[in-house]
Parts: sequence; structure tokens; C-alpha cells
Amino acid sequence: MEPIVVQNIYKQFGNVSALHDISFTVGPGELFGLIGPDGAGKSTLFRILATLLLADKGKAMVNGLDVVKDYRAIRRQVGYMPGKFSLYQDLTVEENLHFFATIFNTTVKENYDLIRDIYEQIAPFKNRPAGKLSGGMKQKLALCCALVHKPSVLFLDEPTTGVDPVSRKEFWDMLQRLKEKNIPILVSTPYMDEATLCDRVALMQNGAIMQIDTPPAIVAEFRTKIWAFKSDDMYRLIRDLRAHPEVKTCFAFGEFLHVTMTAGPEEVSGSLTAGGHTGLVIKPANAGIEDVFMALMQAQTQPV
Amino acid sequence: MKQFFEFVKKECFHIFRDRRTLIILFGMPVVLIVLFGFAITNEIRHARVAVLDYSQDALSHGLVNKITASTYFDLAENLRSEKDILPAFRKGDIRMVIVIPNGFSRDFIRERKASIQLLTDASDPNTATTLINYANAIIGRYQQEQTNLQHLPLTIHPEVRMVYNPMLKSVFLFVPGVMTLILMLVCAMMTSITITREKELGTMEILLVSPLRPMLIIAGKVVPYVLLSFFISIIILCLGSWIFGMPVKGSILLLLSACGLFCLTALSLGILISSLTNSQQTAMMVSMMGLLLPTILLSGFVYPIESMPVPLQIVSNILPAKWFIIILKDIMLKGSGLRQIALPMGILGGMTCFFLIVSLRKFKIRLS
Repeated sequence: MEPIVVQNIYKQFGNVSALHDISFTVGPGELFGLIGPDGAGKSTLFRILATLLLADKGKAMVNGLDVVKDYRAIRRQVGYMPGKFSLYQDLTVEENLHFFATIFNTTVKENYDLIRDIYEQIAPFKNRPAGKLSGGMKQKLALCCALVHKPSVLFLDEPTTGVDPVSRKEFWDMLQRLKEKNIPILVSTPYMDEATLCDRVALMQNGAIMQIDTPPAIVAEFRTKIWAFKSDDMYRLIRDLRAHPEVKTCFAFGEFLHVTMTAGPEEVSGSLTAGGHTGLVIKPANAGIEDVFMALMQAQTQPV
Repeated sequence: MKQFFEFVKKECFHIFRDRRTLIILFGMPVVLIVLFGFAITNEIRHARVAVLDYSQDALSHGLVNKITASTYFDLAENLRSEKDILPAFRKGDIRMVIVIPNGFSRDFIRERKASIQLLTDASDPNTATTLINYANAIIGRYQQEQTNLQHLPLTIHPEVRMVYNPMLKSVFLFVPGVMTLILMLVCAMMTSITITREKELGTMEILLVSPLRPMLIIAGKVVPYVLLSFFISIIILCLGSWIFGMPVKGSILLLLSACGLFCLTALSLGILISSLTNSQQTAMMVSMMGLLLPTILLSGFVYPIESMPVPLQIVSNILPAKWFIIILKDIMLKGSGLRQIALPMGILGGMTCFFLIVSLRKFKIRLS
């Protein structure tokens, strides 16, 4: 039995279509990522799966239980961490953890082995009010609280948003370790670089899934050649490249611009040097998830 | 059950860690009681009066002495002519002028009919009326003393007795009123705010995705406030009886159970408000506008219900506060037992059930 099954889910808010024909499954012990920018519909999907919202159409099952009919049973089994920090800010770290353990009819001690790795990192601050923790600490505490009742499925809505890069990396290390305990995890993130850390990802945009696959497969499927551009005046470079007739797409990517084009790099670089660009560096680049995402996004918004 | 106690414990942490909540909970009752008891009072004491005595005889002097000897009136000045009256009022501190015409004594004895004139500053109509009443009473008593001495013919002589509050102390009116107001504020407003706060901070989202039942969430949030407000009503009762000598003629047990019932009514109202609103601000505005103002204006606390226009009198019936004030006055001042207050108690109980059922129905097990 697949822990999470989503079949043709639709959700409408007024005139806005928040989710459009969403279907996917998450296997046992799989770390599944929903990748997409803000407003892609990720949180709405989480809320539907966490039995907090009703879908307009379609079916969703968690552990074989229907999210509408068996909402009460699901609520006992899942761990849910909302996108917004939702713990009691005036309660200390320890009190929050204890509270959530108790309302799930368990104790911190009983499931301590599950949260030990994470809790040990925030244990030095256990008497501090949760509101006074740093962003990364808050998310670690929230993860502890979502895990303390030993859920059989874990929903994490943008757990690393607003968290510094070091804490983000630590957080993902924790998720990898949780995966080893065979807990299926559905996680969402707006950061493309985190996509490669998932077993499989769904690329979402405007309430629709554009592609579902493992990160290597997604990248491998992308056949368009990508070139990395760099010059002394990056701002002008991005403008000139986008204006160039041979250039299909051009996005900033770290210190380089990732460019796809219909002509060879020599023609484009020729016109750029003629345009007065200095320090021009052009090299072939490996496509990343972000490149795929940008290409898919453009295909979706400008249907041919 | 363990879940429930943990929830109550958590709620107590919220209350005792938030200084603002604590100030509202414990500071306000004391401040309000003292304010209403001492400062805002409609009793008249030491009103300054001026006397224009054209007669200047034994009887007129006796009358003026009698009036100014009471604690209600102080003699401010003796006027010389009618021209002085208006300037005296304009100065502002004179509340009443007594004009005694020429030959007061002669008219009184010979013609058995003498007149005096009382002028009051009616820019404050309530005070003016009260002053006239007090002065009339004193003059009446004076007249009676005089006529008794002289054995004049039969007169009808009303024996007025103010039952339940012979001294006409306004505290007796304000203590029940303030108590109602505070319980309304603490129970209804604080509960509606604390529940909407969970919605606003997003913690409701987690609570919903937990095995807790809606009943348990609400009960867990409300129970600490029930205990607190019960404690507060005891504080108010103590303050009322120790500082202001407010009597409790009826059974204390009955009084406390009435307080408990009203706490429940107010709490259920608070729960109802919180289930209809989503932010703390709205909840606060609704409780302020929808509960506090009517409680002050329409419950009979400040203005007597009998003197309101009929539509407002009808509206006042749906205010729990009105019934609670009736119960409080009956028990404390009249010493009524359960049988006399059964109707208002029944109404409060009915309201509580109604609010609770509606809010449980309205409680959302999902987000939208």
C-alpha cells in the first residue's frame, strides 16, 4: 500500500485555480519533494492531505485512509509541520515538546530515539521561549514536535524557508536520517537546489504539476544545451542576451547566466563583444533542476 | 483526561506569562470598583446653596439652619437681592438658591400657607432633581415639626421609607453593575481573544491535526478562565462588602452559584464570538461593541430600563447582563431565595445552552 496517494485533485479559491488535476503517489520510506515558487499551490495541497481543507474534486488517501471520510484516523497518524511557524511562542522549547507529546497521547521519553538527533541540537536552549529562538532552531523544534508522536507519514510544508544555509543543510541531513527509519516524507520547498536531495520531485507551477521524476532523470531528460555566460557588467549582459534574437532563455544562476540559444556561442559572443562587453566568459554548463524548471515554466506560460 | 489537563496547564502558562492579560484580569476589577464606588457617584453631598432671605425672622432662620445642617447642603453665601441670584449661579459652584419672601413667618402662622422658592442649576438635570427632592423632604420635615408644636388641623403625612437601600447609596447599584461588566469583559472578551489567537498564530492548524476533539480544545481553553472569573467575582464581592458595606442578605452559596452561571453564559458568548471571527482584533471589537456597550447602557446598570423607549426595553431582554443584575440585586439587597430568582436563572441557563450549541455547531473541524 502506498502511504500517500493523490488522484486528480482540484481546488478552486474564488476565481483562482489553486490546484489543477494533481496526481502522484509517495512510496514507503520515500522522500518526495514538491518544488515550486510561492503561490504554486504547495501549501493548499498539504492542507488537503492533512485533512484541513476539502478538495473540490478528486481523491486523496493517506495510509489507505480517505482524507475526507477518515479524517479523524489520519489526524492520529500523521505529523504535520505548517509553513508558518506554529508553536506556542510563550512556551519554552521543552514545554512545547511536552505539550505536543501529551495531546497525541504519548510522552517525549517514549519516542525519544526518533527525535534524539534533532533535539540534542536544541537541548541547550530547552528553557528558552520558542518565540526567542532563531529561524533554524524554530524549524528544528517544529520538526521535533511533528515527530514526537512517531507519525507514520510526515508532511513538511516549506521547512527551510527563512532559514540560513547552514541550518538548511543540517535540516536536510536530518530528513535523510529520518528516511532511514522508513518514514515517508512529503516536503515542499521553493529552493531548487534542495530538489536534488529528494528521492523524487514534482515540479509545480500555478497549481499544476509540470513533471514528476527522480532529480537525475529530470535533468537527463533535458536535452537543450546550456551555456554559462559571465562578463564584467552582468546587468547589461542579462539585458543584451535577452534582447538577442538567437537567445531562447536567459536566467541568472549563481555568478553565471544560464542561456539556451538556437545558434552557436560564437555568433552570440561576437555580437556581445561588438556591443562593448569585456571579460566575457562562455562555457558549456550542466543543466540543473532550476534550468528544467525555468524551461518548463516558460513552456507553460507561453504555450506554442 | 491527561490531554485535557495538559491543555489547561498550557493555557495557564499563556495567562500568567502575559503581563497585559494579568493586568486586565486583576487590575481592572479593583480599579473599576474603586472608581465607581468613590468617584463616579450620583449621590449628593455638600452641595453649595445660597440663601436670599427677605423675611429674616425666627421661622425663616430655622428653616435655613435646618437645610444647611444636613450633610447634603452647605451654606455658601447670603444674597441681598434678586439681582445677585444669576451671578451666583454663573460663578458655577452654587447648585441651589433658596428664596424666602417677606413675611414668611406671618404667612405661615396666620394664613397657614407660606411659600418659598427653590432655584436650581438644571444644566445638570439629575443633580437638580435630586437636590429639589432632598430640599423638599427637609422642608416637609421642618413644617411638620412646626405644625406639631402648634397643633394645627389634620394633615396627610406620608411616611416615606426607602426599602432595601434606606440610605440611597449608589454603591448598591454599582457593585452589581461593575461585577456584571467585569465578568462580561473577562469571560467573553478574554475567551474570544484567546481562541482567535490560536487561529491567528496558526497553532489552531496543528491542534486540528491532532487527535484532540473540538469539545476538548474549547473546554481546555475555557476552564482556566472559568476559575479565574469565579475568583475575580469573589474579589469584587469582598471589595464591595469590606469597603462599601454592600450587604449580602441572601444565601452566599446561591450568590456564588449565580455568579458561576453567569460566568458560563459569558464564556459561551465568548466562544460563540471566537467561532465566528478569525482575528484577535475583530474578536475584541465585537466583544467591545456587541457586549460591553449594551451591558453598560441597556442592562439597567446605568440607566433604568423602565425609562427606556419600548423597543430598547424589548432589546434589553436578550442581554444576559440584565438578568444577572436582577439576580444580584435580589440576592444581595432583598435576600431573595432560589424561588424568587428562578426565572432569571432559568433564562441565563437557557442562553448558555443556546450559545454553546450554536458555537459547537459552528466550530470548524477544518480550516475554511
